[in-house]
Amino acid sequence: MGATIVEKIFSHKCGTEIRAGEVVMAPLDGAMIHDITGPIAIQKFYEMGGTKVFDPKRIIMLFDHQIPADSIEAASNHVYMRKFAAEQGIHNYDINEGVCHQVTIEKGRAAPGEIIVGADSHTCMYGAAGAFATGIGSTDMGFALRFGALYFKVPETIRAEVSGKFQKRVGAKDLILTIAADIGADGATYKAIEFTGKTVRKLDMAGRMTLCNMAIEMGGKAGIVAPDKVTWEYMKGRRKMKSFALASDEDAKFAEKRFYDASGLEPQVAIPHNVDTGVPVSKVVGTHIDQVFIGSCTNGRFEDLAEAADVLGKKKFNPNIRVIIIQASRDEYLKTLKAGLIEKFVKAGALVEAPCCGPCMGGAFGLLAPGEVSLSTSNRNFKGRQGSTEGKVYLCSPATAAASAITGVITDPREV
Amino acid sequence: MAAKKSVPAKKVVVNLPQAAQNMRVWKFGDDIDTDAIIPGRFLTINNPDELAKHAFEGTRDEFAKKVKEGDAIVGGRNFGCGSSREHAPLALLGAGVRVVVARSFARIFFRNSINVGLLPVICLQADKIADGSKISLNIKKGSLESDGKQFKIEPVPEFMQGIIDAGGLVEYAKGLKEVPVCTKSRQ
Repeated sequence: MGATIVEKIFSHKCGTEIRAGEVVMAPLDGAMIHDITGPIAIQKFYEMGGTKVFDPKRIIMLFDHQIPADSIEAASNHVYMRKFAAEQGIHNYDINEGVCHQVTIEKGRAAPGEIIVGADSHTCMYGAAGAFATGIGSTDMGFALRFGALYFKVPETIRAEVSGKFQKRVGAKDLILTIAADIGADGATYKAIEFTGKTVRKLDMAGRMTLCNMAIEMGGKAGIVAPDKVTWEYMKGRRKMKSFALASDEDAKFAEKRFYDASGLEPQVAIPHNVDTGVPVSKVVGTHIDQVFIGSCTNGRFEDLAEAADVLGKKKFNPNIRVIIIQASRDEYLKTLKAGLIEKFVKAGALVEAPCCGPCMGGAFGLLAPGEVSLSTSNRNFKGRQGSTEGKVYLCSPATAAASAITGVITDPREV
Repeated sequence: MAAKKSVPAKKVVVNLPQAAQNMRVWKFGDDIDTDAIIPGRFLTINNPDELAKHAFEGTRDEFAKKVKEGDAIVGGRNFGCGSSREHAPLALLGAGVRVVVARSFARIFFRNSINVGLLPVICLQADKIADGSKISLNIKKGSLESDGKQFKIEPVPEFMQGIIDAGGLVEYAKGLKEVPVCTKSRQ
């Protein structure tokens, strides 16, 4: 019997056949820490008797949740981590580069066939680069920093095969909201989700990142897209490595296979307060909103902002809506800037911030008051995620967010 | 002073219970996410006692005020979903909670809890346990008693039992000079 891509990654790393369900102490190619989960991870590293990290070159450190420091506590956490970076010889991207997951991929710190952990649940996004990547807590990260390895129960894989061409203004975010609604908030717990099929093959890296980012919203341990021309083209200039074949065998044992048709897909909106509540936008058209957030690791790339700008055209944003736009990274910021989109957004009435997690962090800024409603391109709409637990968050694509920011209510982007 | 409370945190006392009697139940529903357990705006805090003051803030405000040492949390499906923030189990530990019972757990929360010394217990009949009732746990027997009724609890995966036996991952790791990379364990 063949193997899944995940089984192959673990087997290759260890030089022995490893199958789903087996527990293995696997070596790590990378470990990512940021300003929220990093301080505790470092404390645990020391408590475990750690003095030197396993390999400073494999540790990815940056600050993105509370930047520039929004409180004395945040500033102190940053100082604590900077000191650790200096002591250990770790390169710290500090507050300069953007959201951890975007930065990790675009700096070539995640590559096909690698095993990477991050002290953040959306670490599963690196599957877009063909890596097995999963989110862990701070104590596991302390262990990872010290030993460069971690226990994994190798997951079974759910294969999500997508065919059909997206309609105009419909894309990866609408697809993943549909898949999340289908699989459910815990339907992929302890499993990996492999995204495959002609539609996925045609997606650019930005779209693949959107898909893999949200595997955790189904409880998934990892999301992954088998590397292909698109992946290897993206790796060029980011990582020196030769391309190789890595894909699930057709006769591999999958936990299940699910099939999706993108061609009939409408823009989707996940309604409060769970991510697996996606409905066609037509069901919620006209819903009142107070704030629109276009950004995050899920949808803060140039392609997302270009789509939003295209929907915007020569219109203005509704003056009654607070429109917050945040690029996922410095690179994406520069692309957006050079394309003239930032000027366009600002002139249309948006607030464009420097790359960071923004309102999705639910603490730094852009919070909701009781009774307020946010429409957001981020990944979570839990109660209180963006401020008051009496506020509401709807999730959607950049196109739907832009269209709604123009009209002032939730709007079908195909009709703007 | 404000800066001092966040860094460094005090050391968590790890004490995973094998048996615990008469724990008062704080009952929650399905899909309790870690944002609900500890909202994002408190994540600059790394100290369990300080985090505990904000546990379930906005979701169940009386929790932080009335929770007592030795109380237990009982949830439904997918307890602890969402963010990987270890501040969530730490906030519960700081509040004096040592046991969380649920029909199922989100993966990261489950592992974080064991790592820091909060015992996650899977009980498929957790929905039958009432808020405010008392529960007693007997890990060795694999059972949980609530209002005179016995409920079966699921065994912890074997490789994680070693971490529980050590008293959490920090204690487990302390004695290790290196780890046996690529060795398989029984599940």
